[in-house]
Amino acid sequence: MEEQNILEVCTPVLSRHATTDPHVPSICTNDQRYLHTSPEFPMKRLLAAHAQDSQTQPDLYQIAPVFRAGESGRYHNPEFSLLEWYRVNMDHNALMTDTQSLLKHIWQAFDLHWPGVQVRRYGVEVFERLKCWPENASVSMIKTYFKDANKSFPTSIGNDLDAALDLFMDEFVINEFPSGTFVLLKDYPSSQAALSRLGVDEDGRSIAERFEVYFGAIELGNGFHELSDSRLQQQRFEDDLQKREQMGEPAMPMDTYLLEALAEGLPDCAGIAIGLNRLHMVIGNHDSIDQVISFTDQRA
Amino acid sequence: MANYSTNEFKGGLKIMLDGDPHSIVSNEFVKPGKGQAFTRTRVRNLKTGRVVERTFKSGESVESADVMDTSMQYLYSDGEYWHFMNPESFEQLAADKTAVGDAHLWLMDEAVCEVTLYNGQPLAVTPPNFVEMVIKETDPGLRGDTATGGTKPAYMESGAVVKVPLFIEEGEKIKIDTRSGEYVSRVK
Repeated sequence: MEEQNILEVCTPVLSRHATTDPHVPSICTNDQRYLHTSPEFPMKRLLAAHAQDSQTQPDLYQIAPVFRAGESGRYHNPEFSLLEWYRVNMDHNALMTDTQSLLKHIWQAFDLHWPGVQVRRYGVEVFERLKCWPENASVSMIKTYFKDANKSFPTSIGNDLDAALDLFMDEFVINEFPSGTFVLLKDYPSSQAALSRLGVDEDGRSIAERFEVYFGAIELGNGFHELSDSRLQQQRFEDDLQKREQMGEPAMPMDTYLLEALAEGLPDCAGIAIGLNRLHMVIGNHDSIDQVISFTDQRA
Repeated sequence: MANYSTNEFKGGLKIMLDGDPHSIVSNEFVKPGKGQAFTRTRVRNLKTGRVVERTFKSGESVESADVMDTSMQYLYSDGEYWHFMNPESFEQLAADKTAVGDAHLWLMDEAVCEVTLYNGQPLAVTPPNFVEMVIKETDPGLRGDTATGGTKPAYMESGAVVKVPLFIEEGEKIKIDTRSGEYVSRVK
């Protein structure tokens, strides 16, 4: 990070606001504050503040403990470490190259054989199997695919196409990623944009400008060409809150400070968060996260 | 009836699926960084013994199965049913052939068995891990041959056939591991 002139920052773990993402559960404290699920919002506020005040626009990084309520398992612990960084004047494609060079640097530092990186496209992966682009797929089509493969498909998915796609990707695409190799999966369906910009892929199809990093079937990180339009951001927060209501999940206070900062102007940038514990698992060839955490949730 | 949420899932938990009681064998939390979380489980149907994979949306709740394991004493068989008694309440229950399965080979008077009850009725019977039985019939022993490691079949009163070392005689009492059906030792 120092070599690349990326500035280390430290932002609050405790906040008045929380992510509205319906699938990212925050831990609420007894005085109505929230433990952050990622340092994304305050880091973007710092990027926006620098854009106003200084001539040189620094890139930023942070290593922070983050919290997700109830996420426990072989690859999950409710408290874990994120390495998150932002690159000004980069889009998701440039950030993919940047991520690759950091990983290569780490692999060399640990004297590990560099396995190389494969780039896959979400839509193409779906099309190869379903003969249909993800945005045109239906839950019943995916359900039939599971049935034909003799795999369990929960009826509780109902009409939620994105949930059906999530399970489809996990079962049939990600689980088939070659082991021991990095895969960058990019160009997500627009309906799964999260905090990324919408754009078009090399074939002109509408996509979300985001990617995920995998080592074999283990997800390591999530990268976005960051959405900078304050009104669009507010719209997504509101859509999230509506979805939360439908799902019976609690409403979350949207980060109005972030919206103000975006209105002031966020520079064109791309950002990524990497789960450091999972990276440690991969480097040390461990098969569960409790082997790289001193005391997991059950014993903390 | 109580319900369990997927975040309470753990090995051994008894749940109802498709109208049958199941026991969770293993479960794994699956979640993309930005997306729906799932719980992928392997469950054993307690009626058929079949193990299948079943995936749930995280947070979904599933009805618990009224299944419990109790220690019961084996009393006798009337040819059709095997009768057991709760040693504390003296309550008696009859288990049929499906519930008893292969366990009947190891049932001896007063043996304390694990009886799995579903809605109060026996669903499965697990015999004690070790039982001691007298050999009803086997080929004559080869005296002094205690080292060669050869075996021969020995027939028990219950119908069980156990491979025993060559030096074991008819009428002797032996200790058997019921989980593998293997001879453990001679009982003096």
